[in-house]
Amino acid sequence: MEIFDLTIHELHEKLKAKEVSSVEATRAMLERIEAVDGQVNAYITVTPEQALVEAEAADKRIAAGDIAPLTGIPVGLKDIFITKGIRTTCGSRILENFVPPYDGTAVAKLKEQGAVIVGKLNQDEFAMGSSNESSYFGPVKNPWNLECTPGGSSGGSAAAIAARTATATLGTDTGGSIRQPASHCSCVGLKPTYGRVSRYGVIAYASSLDQVGPLTRDVTDAALLLGAVAGYDPKDSTSVNTPVPDYVAGLATGVKGLKIGLPKQYFIEGLDPDVKRAMDEAIALYKSLGAELREVSLPHTEYAVATYYLIATAEASSNLARYDGVRFGHRAEDVRGLKEMFAKTRAEGFGSEVKRRIMLGTYALSSGYYDAYYVKAQKVRTLIMQDFLNAFNEVDVLLTPIAPTPPFKIGEKLADPLQMYLSDIFTIPVNLAGTCGISIPAGFSAGGLPIGLQLIGKPFGEATVLSTAYAFERETQWHLKKAPL
Amino acid sequence: MKYQVVIGLEVHTQLTTNTKIFCGCSTRFGAEPNSQTCPVCLGFPGALPVLNKQVVENAILAGLATNCSITQRNVFARKNYFYPDLPKGYQISQFDLPICQHGHLDIEVDGETKRIGITRIHMEEDAGKLVHADIPGVDDSCVDLNRACTPLLEIVSEPDMRSPDEAIAYLKKLHQIVMYLGICDGNLEEGSFRCDANVSLMPVGSTVFGTRAELKNINSFKFIKQAIEYEIERQAEILDDGGKVIQETRLFDPNTGTTRSMRGKEEAHDYRYFPDPDLVPVLIPDQWIEDVRATLPELPEAKRARYVAELGLPEYDAEVLVSSRELAAYYEETVALFPQAKTVSNWVMGEVSRALNEDNNRSITDCAVTPALLADLLKLMEKGTISGKIAKTVFDEMYKTGKAPEKIVEEKGLVQVSDTGAIEAMVDEVLKNNPAQVEQYRGGKETVFGFFVGQVMRASKGKANPAVVNELLLKKLNG
Repeated sequence: MEIFDLTIHELHEKLKAKEVSSVEATRAMLERIEAVDGQVNAYITVTPEQALVEAEAADKRIAAGDIAPLTGIPVGLKDIFITKGIRTTCGSRILENFVPPYDGTAVAKLKEQGAVIVGKLNQDEFAMGSSNESSYFGPVKNPWNLECTPGGSSGGSAAAIAARTATATLGTDTGGSIRQPASHCSCVGLKPTYGRVSRYGVIAYASSLDQVGPLTRDVTDAALLLGAVAGYDPKDSTSVNTPVPDYVAGLATGVKGLKIGLPKQYFIEGLDPDVKRAMDEAIALYKSLGAELREVSLPHTEYAVATYYLIATAEASSNLARYDGVRFGHRAEDVRGLKEMFAKTRAEGFGSEVKRRIMLGTYALSSGYYDAYYVKAQKVRTLIMQDFLNAFNEVDVLLTPIAPTPPFKIGEKLADPLQMYLSDIFTIPVNLAGTCGISIPAGFSAGGLPIGLQLIGKPFGEATVLSTAYAFERETQWHLKKAPL
Repeated sequence: MKYQVVIGLEVHTQLTTNTKIFCGCSTRFGAEPNSQTCPVCLGFPGALPVLNKQVVENAILAGLATNCSITQRNVFARKNYFYPDLPKGYQISQFDLPICQHGHLDIEVDGETKRIGITRIHMEEDAGKLVHADIPGVDDSCVDLNRACTPLLEIVSEPDMRSPDEAIAYLKKLHQIVMYLGICDGNLEEGSFRCDANVSLMPVGSTVFGTRAELKNINSFKFIKQAIEYEIERQAEILDDGGKVIQETRLFDPNTGTTRSMRGKEEAHDYRYFPDPDLVPVLIPDQWIEDVRATLPELPEAKRARYVAELGLPEYDAEVLVSSRELAAYYEETVALFPQAKTVSNWVMGEVSRALNEDNNRSITDCAVTPALLADLLKLMEKGTISGKIAKTVFDEMYKTGKAPEKIVEEKGLVQVSDTGAIEAMVDEVLKNNPAQVEQYRGGKETVFGFFVGQVMRASKGKANPAVVNELLLKKLNG
């Protein structure tokens, strides 16, 4: 087994035993990136010099007997994370040459542990998209089939795991942006409860929905990485001040007697047969492990996508106003006057999906439409939240598909944005409710494409979600299958 | 006057917190451009605002001092518009749930008391400023974001004022209150206290307000009055000519004393307010309000009433003494050490204020004659050690040197002479040298008496005790 194939916890053991150094591991990863990323396009920026400096520092630390779970581990970051001194583009032309002067909280926490940042990962522009096709830096290819999309918006983060060009990665999830690409790339992707991880230093798309989370090779790594970045942050007033449990310690709890809910609105006609089969197999497995499965209802599910596209775009239209060419990033040339500078800068700097969402959001907030759209959407959001709380009065975890279909072809849905928006139908409600969810590998389609399974937990129920996922992973081998690269 | 003016005022007060409203940067005025900035106040991608608790407490104080009710669930909203000195493309403000509502202030104009409603007070951040480069061949503008994200309270009145004098009385009262609360330095020139005035006219007797013009950012009481007066004239002329006043924003030009159009209603923005998802609602429990209330200082109105009722001061004195928190504090400290309220008032309003005025309007807090020193001086006078006249001389010396009055009196030999023998000799001398005046006095011209007093005082170089002089003179002249 190659070093780049290892999980965090496997590599950690080898680093601790001094069987391998962080510099070796980092070199191996950089060589792997060099070898295969040309096909995948998961990286926007690779930072070899800086990574090797960090790896050397990690090795010194390990030599001194100071090793944390992530010390010396090569990680990749979605290019939405602000990194001091490393170009941060958010997949957009408007930030093509933006080098931030500070580190965000999650990045700072990784650095404190001595993690090695090998580069910044491709994504949909400003995290808007479900296929990674809206990146200014070109689409990411799915390592399982280079003609397919890896999902989005954290497509680069998921593809890098599948291509084994990073040991673990961080992504962000606004409407499914971690879970859906994790599903399409057959890796583990966790969206924590809103407020569990600080958003400070994460470029905002929709502030009330965005949440940072790990993409990893297995559930143990997800628990490790979440533990490293979770916690209250005085720099983010929406982060919540509750203790961070030891997620790894609780993994082997088992599912005996666990009540798993199956939301009937998620198992509808039209679900892809391969996806349906994978879900049936998962349900059967959990039953055999002693879990109790029962149907529950989330009655407002059908309004989730519409609600999401009103709230997310409204917030995005405001969050993206700062990209005006005045202080940083792209500025249009040959303009006369201020208004033209603003307009031309934004016209040149943003891609069409971002423009579409800014316009939608601007409209939803404009006077005369605010009550009909934004306010109404907030009310529906409350109902959706209530749906989940009601369901969690009956069950501990919910089991659902992640996506209605296995990964689709690049370009297949580009002409029809509404069709594309529907691909997030099973993940969006979790963001609206602010609770947590995980995607784990659950099989493959007849065509050999990955299929993921979603487990949704109560607010701050990450530990239960992880142990439920771990019970499944231990009984299946899906997460060990490697993409043909 | 065929028209009745209707005036409503919006006042922006910059709070004197050490740090900005949503980050830890300094709020100091006049620093090197952009030296007091961070990712948060620069609106950099990924940066998030965190509310400064002191801003909330200052806002509660302002609300309590202006009889407002305090909103217990506060929401910050984003006000979206593009401007180069607005880093995030929106201003964080409050919209439908401002922290204070439904208050009022009582003002006095021409001896009549009038109640002016306060619609709301809300917390918000300031924008930066544009500096237009003064470089030949360069027509660029520079952006200074030191001021971006400094905390403001916007205090909005009801359109209850009916004359420029009422508007000024309201503003001065508000100015006095925020200064008393210690939440604003009150500096109009530096923009710490700035005012927008909404002015409209309606026919006398009407109850329907006319179309208003908004006069923006005027930075002195004098200019505000001028601007409103000009606006009344301008609108009256339009109405007299059968025209219609346009709703617009106007700027006041202090050089011409006139206002000119800045932007019309057709350019009015749709600010697309919505709750800022980066800031959680601020909940203010009763206890917090009570804790803040406990820190509320005595306000000028209450202080004035107390001076009249408890200290027996005339209304006029009380009004002057409470005009600033510092002056009142100076007065009270002195009275505590020398409990003769009216005497102290005379000195504070007289010598102390005169000396400060002549000294470039120096602040009372920088006065070399501290309340303790002033009290010592007044005690010397009370004991008869020095005369009132000498006391003024001593005061001037104290003001210049900061020395204790006893020391000055001793050094300059200014002790008052009350020794009857010494004064009697001087009286005899004066009477002997002025026989003609003695004749006149004894012939019934009593006004000459003052002449003798003056002569004796002169002979004693001002040190003779006037009471003893009077007594001896009377005895000798009449006896």
